[in-house]
Amino acid sequence: MIDITSVFTIILVTAGIFFLLIGSIGTIRLPDFYSRTHATSKSDTLGMMLVIIGLIIYEGFTIDGGKLILVLLFILLANPIGAHALARAALHAGLKPTFEDHKKEDKEG
Amino acid sequence: MDSFFLYAAVILTAIIAVPAYRVVKGPTVFDRLVGTNAIATKTIVLICLIGYIFDRIGMFIDITLAYAILGFVGSLTIAKYFSSDKVNVRFDD
Repeated sequence: MIDITSVFTIILVTAGIFFLLIGSIGTIRLPDFYSRTHATSKSDTLGMMLVIIGLIIYEGFTIDGGKLILVLLFILLANPIGAHALARAALHAGLKPTFEDHKKEDKEG
Repeated sequence: MDSFFLYAAVILTAIIAVPAYRVVKGPTVFDRLVGTNAIATKTIVLICLIGYIFDRIGMFIDITLAYAILGFVGSLTIAKYFSSDKVNVRFDD
């Protein structure tokens, strides 16, 4: 039988996986390294958060639910920090963000 | 519900192949690190789902925590290594 918690879990996990898919598509389509960090750090974190919140609801008030909350909080902090460190390292290594779109507009405009 | 978690895990495994393409193709080493970060986050979620499929949730959540911490420290170390002067990965052409 499908009770209310299962319905919430199904909705949240599906939404989470949808955002993970969008994040990975962004990693492929975006032209430049710096724009790709947007895709991975933001939408992946949101997708992961939705899935784990869905699992917490499915788990209920148990020790494992508490551990899941710990996983959620850790990744909520770790993912953006990792992406920031990566972008900073790339900038320090001299990787220039590309601005082709603007260059074309300047020439035509 | 178990079959739903199974389908979710299968779809997530298929999604992991997309950043793997970025890791293979990525022109610069930092693109590859972005792809690896993306795969790491998806693997974390995948381990949680597999934990629910095998009904041994307590054990798998510990695995997820350990994996998340090690993945995070690893990616920070690699980022710091590639931005140091020891590596001649320069892009200021």
